[in-house]
Amino acid sequence: GEVVCEPPNNKLDKFGGTLYWKEHKYPLSNQNMLLRGCVLRNTEWCFGLVIFAGGRGAAAAARGAGPPLTRVPRPGPDTKLMQNSGRTKFKRTSIDRLMNTLVLWIFGFLVCMGVILAIGNAIWEHEVGARFQVYLPWPEGVHSAFFSGFLSFWSYIIILNTVVPISLYVSVEILRLGHSYFINWDKKMYCAARRAAAEARTTTLSEELGQVEYVFSDKTGTLTQNVMVFSKCSVNGRSYGERPRGSRGRGAAGPAQPASCSAGDAQDVLGHKGELGQRPEPVDFSSNPLADPGFQFWDAGLLEAVRRGQPLVHDFFRLLALCHTVMPEEKSPGGRGDGTGTAGTAGTAGMARGWHGDSGENMGTVGTAWGWRGRHRDGGDGEDSVGTVGTLLGATAIEDKLQQGVPETIAVLTLANIKIWVLTGDKQETAVNIGYSCKMLTDDMTEVFVVSGRTVLEVREELRQAREKMMAASRSVGNGFCQEKVPSSKLPSVLEAVAGEYALVINGHSLAHALEADMEVEFLETACACKAVICCRVTPLQKAQVVELVKKYKKAVTLAIGDGANDVSMIKTAHIGVGISGQEGIQAVLASDYSFSQFKFLQRLLLVHGRWSYLRMCKFLCYFFYKNFAFTMVHFWFGFFCGFSAQTVYDQYFITLYNIVYTSLPVLAMGIFDQDVPEQRSMEYPKLYEPGQLNLLFNKREFFICIAQGIYTSVLMFFIPYGVFTDATRDDGAQLADYQSFAVTVATSLVIVVSVQIGLDTGFWTAINHFFIWGSLAAYFAILFAMHSDGLFHMFPNQFCFVGSAPAALAQPAVWLTIGLTTVVCVAPVVALRFLKLHLRPQLSD
Amino acid sequence: MKTKTDQDAQARPSRCPDNSAFKQQKLPAWKPQLSIATVLSSFFVIGAACLAAGICLILSTNSVREIEINYSDKCSNCSKLRENSSNWNQECNCSAGFVLKEDMLGDVFMYYGLQNFYQNHRRYMISKSNAQLLGRDVNIQNSYCAPFTTYQNGTPMAPCGAIANSIFNDTIDLFYNVNSSVIQVPLLKTGNSWWTDKNVKFRNPVGHNLSSAFAGTARPPYWQKPVYMLDEEDERNNGYINDDLIIWMRVAAFSTFRNLYRRVSRTRRFADGLPAGNYTFRISYNFPVSKFKGKKYVILSTVVWSGGSNPFLGIAYTVCGTAATLMGFVITAIHLKLRKKKTYFQK
Repeated sequence: GEVVCEPPNNKLDKFGGTLYWKEHKYPLSNQNMLLRGCVLRNTEWCFGLVIFAGGRGAAAAARGAGPPLTRVPRPGPDTKLMQNSGRTKFKRTSIDRLMNTLVLWIFGFLVCMGVILAIGNAIWEHEVGARFQVYLPWPEGVHSAFFSGFLSFWSYIIILNTVVPISLYVSVEILRLGHSYFINWDKKMYCAARRAAAEARTTTLSEELGQVEYVFSDKTGTLTQNVMVFSKCSVNGRSYGERPRGSRGRGAAGPAQPASCSAGDAQDVLGHKGELGQRPEPVDFSSNPLADPGFQFWDAGLLEAVRRGQPLVHDFFRLLALCHTVMPEEKSPGGRGDGTGTAGTAGTAGMARGWHGDSGENMGTVGTAWGWRGRHRDGGDGEDSVGTVGTLLGATAIEDKLQQGVPETIAVLTLANIKIWVLTGDKQETAVNIGYSCKMLTDDMTEVFVVSGRTVLEVREELRQAREKMMAASRSVGNGFCQEKVPSSKLPSVLEAVAGEYALVINGHSLAHALEADMEVEFLETACACKAVICCRVTPLQKAQVVELVKKYKKAVTLAIGDGANDVSMIKTAHIGVGISGQEGIQAVLASDYSFSQFKFLQRLLLVHGRWSYLRMCKFLCYFFYKNFAFTMVHFWFGFFCGFSAQTVYDQYFITLYNIVYTSLPVLAMGIFDQDVPEQRSMEYPKLYEPGQLNLLFNKREFFICIAQGIYTSVLMFFIPYGVFTDATRDDGAQLADYQSFAVTVATSLVIVVSVQIGLDTGFWTAINHFFIWGSLAAYFAILFAMHSDGLFHMFPNQFCFVGSAPAALAQPAVWLTIGLTTVVCVAPVVALRFLKLHLRPQLSD
Repeated sequence: MKTKTDQDAQARPSRCPDNSAFKQQKLPAWKPQLSIATVLSSFFVIGAACLAAGICLILSTNSVREIEINYSDKCSNCSKLRENSSNWNQECNCSAGFVLKEDMLGDVFMYYGLQNFYQNHRRYMISKSNAQLLGRDVNIQNSYCAPFTTYQNGTPMAPCGAIANSIFNDTIDLFYNVNSSVIQVPLLKTGNSWWTDKNVKFRNPVGHNLSSAFAGTARPPYWQKPVYMLDEEDERNNGYINDDLIIWMRVAAFSTFRNLYRRVSRTRRFADGLPAGNYTFRISYNFPVSKFKGKKYVILSTVVWSGGSNPFLGIAYTVCGTAATLMGFVITAIHLKLRKKKTYFQK
């Protein structure tokens, strides 16, 4: 035989090929396909052929004759599922990218400074230095001012290189590591039932958590517990399982659950069914030793029916106990099995709607997913369908409860201006129901658009209609007389400001068209104008494509959260991937950047950890650039007074230690521990999250402000001592303005000014901050006096030539007055500006 | 079943994070706020303090008496002579007179000032050997003294380097003209340098006497006498520990600077300082400056607690204090206005 088929691709719902077998041609379609990992049950024999077996290329035949269960062998990378799972990319945060750009700019700035000073040097050597050669001849090999300028350029590149914050990268990583540990250590994100703490699996993304704008969530296992609980059944047209009113309530998310976390043990659906028969009165299991104590059922009617020995009821439970899965041949539209339940026949589907309506009215607070099992009198024969041969015995309802706190979390995240899209493999009704129960969709919404067209034209038309409706509404809400046509290029802006609340539900097959290149923008604009977006029946790849689409056009930070293997591609694609360690294995967790066991922890991860992380990182970066500029630019100004000779202002040891010892720890402590508002506040006021989304705290503008402040500081740092020292003398008559005293004065005032500045920036002075800030100052003076001590000088006279300078300089009142003046002049305007900003344009966090 | 899981839980170490303040980010902390009270009070306090300091500084620097004479202009003939380095061995004397209208009371210091002399040039600054100046027998080839390291015949220069070579070598004497008689003002040439420089940083090499200690070395090219003859009268001011050398070796931060040259010895007529009257500087003009468009000054000055007569610090403090106080008022005004607006809106 021979199979001719399409090349490996990632389309899960399509397959085309032909099987040539004994001179016959058999068409192969998607109906003949089993995807990787599929389980085939209840068949006596089958012949299988492995295609797309990956690297081996050749198709290996898998013959599974006879056994009731055939697993498709472990495949290679060419299988449809593997192709559908997306590629792993190295994730970097937007701040990282911005930082790289800024560092490149700083490099450019450094070269500019070098060029300016080199030109200065050439001119100086030509005009002044040439005449000064009596006292200071040019060094060997230098015969022209031009060449001297060239050499001076390189000298200045070396001296001024401290303006490029090399230690920034290391420090930033340390910060992120600290932030990740805080996530790992967070007791409030620990799930006692699963014994799982939140885990930051990557340490490079923490500040991006504070900038998330779009959350893409899986449904099953993420919003819901993925714990199937028998909830209702209908036998012979009678429905059992209505809960008594009293046991329902707002907190009905499950009395059976442990306090903080979802029900611990995976409950076997089938097991329940078996035991149910012997179960007495609500919550009273005493008469049955086999009963699962964790199970609750409220309707005694079913039990009575069993006791009375109604034959239909007994048949029903026998079938439940005996046959595990029924595969109805005739499927209701769009209702293929997807794991949580098997869609029943037309008759059961009708009943399901009845219950759905019921759940919408009465059990709204209880998240429910309904799975249906059509049961047939002769259940072993799966080929009979209800309409023709089988008789409908009854139906069971399986409930997958919402996880605790999901509606609240979604409400808070929505308030924080985070848009939540649900991407689920479930069918539309289920997804919409979940949308209602977790408050994504509400009855107050103006309209819920459902896009389920099967062709390109239909989808386009449906999207267009949705947009027109929204625009019409916003126009009528906005100003009545605005009747002129809005040009199509203005569509997005109009849609951004759409009035009213809309929701969009789109089906997988429509999404496939909507994601095509010519329609994706339309789709995105429509979707973004809606308050809630639900995509159902999407494949893993489509999930990733949706995320990619938002990433591409919205320039927003996206977060994908999911628990199953089908979420892996989306988790990998999004800026941040969050894995829920739930019932479906650890594939999602392994691919994720952060993992925890409850959806509601997302709120804390973003609003508390993310927000703080972003805030700390931004403050840290601002200060870091500031302190390097303040430090380095002094050399630049000094260049104009020392013949552009690349003379440094400070002692060489100060230059070495400034970034490592004197100023590193306080800013690290701020970057790790700072808090602007307590965590309760950031949960109470989700609006506090917005600066991160708008990227307000660190952007190019903020960067230039920091740089300007650094340059301002450096100007004062140089020119105030310059003014004081010219023609000044010490109080004992000796010269004050010697180079070493000047170096000590400038260095001391610099250390004090940047320490005061970090003190101003630090909003949260823990003991550690105190220790580092005061410790750095103390270390500065200790090291200063040690470096300028007699002992070191006698050991290395050429290395420690500053001997005695610190004591001599710091004994002068004029030096301290200079340091004081510099500090006041550098810091006071900053305080004034900050205060005025705080007063005139207060942010929410203030 | 349940008890079993409990036992399991006890047996396995809990993965629950510690409930410590550090790990839960609940460390006790001081949260400073920029409140109106603290900001205003700090601005007014800083303003007042700066104003007070500024006024004190201005008053005290005003009490400093200072005479500054540009003698490279006054002795233009000597300046011209020195422009040609072949005349190095011709003496050139020059005098500059001035009238002191008021007494200069207290310690009076005499400085020489140089303008446009780039002591802070990098290559100039490194051109010395600290080890050599510490009296150690070191190979100065390893230092940055070039080209003032050795002569052609290999004799090392003592001290080596551009700084030492270019030492200021004018001699300045001060004469008091009273009743047609001329009295030389007694000047102290020692005790003018930093204690650490004199006692730690500079030492003469060990030898039988100073000239033998410096045997095998030669004076720098621009010097007229070797280092062991800088002060033949006072052994404690000779060789490397000569105060003039030490002061010159402490290079200035800027191209315009003044170095302490002599102090007026407060004896007999000058016990209270310099009385008012006519004075004359007699200068032996050796140091050429006109070649690099430099200028030379001789300065007489008294000092106060804040140093010499530089008014910069006082003015800067006054301006800063005024600005801080004004800022305080501006902030008050803005605050009051905003509060009014807020209450207006609330109504």
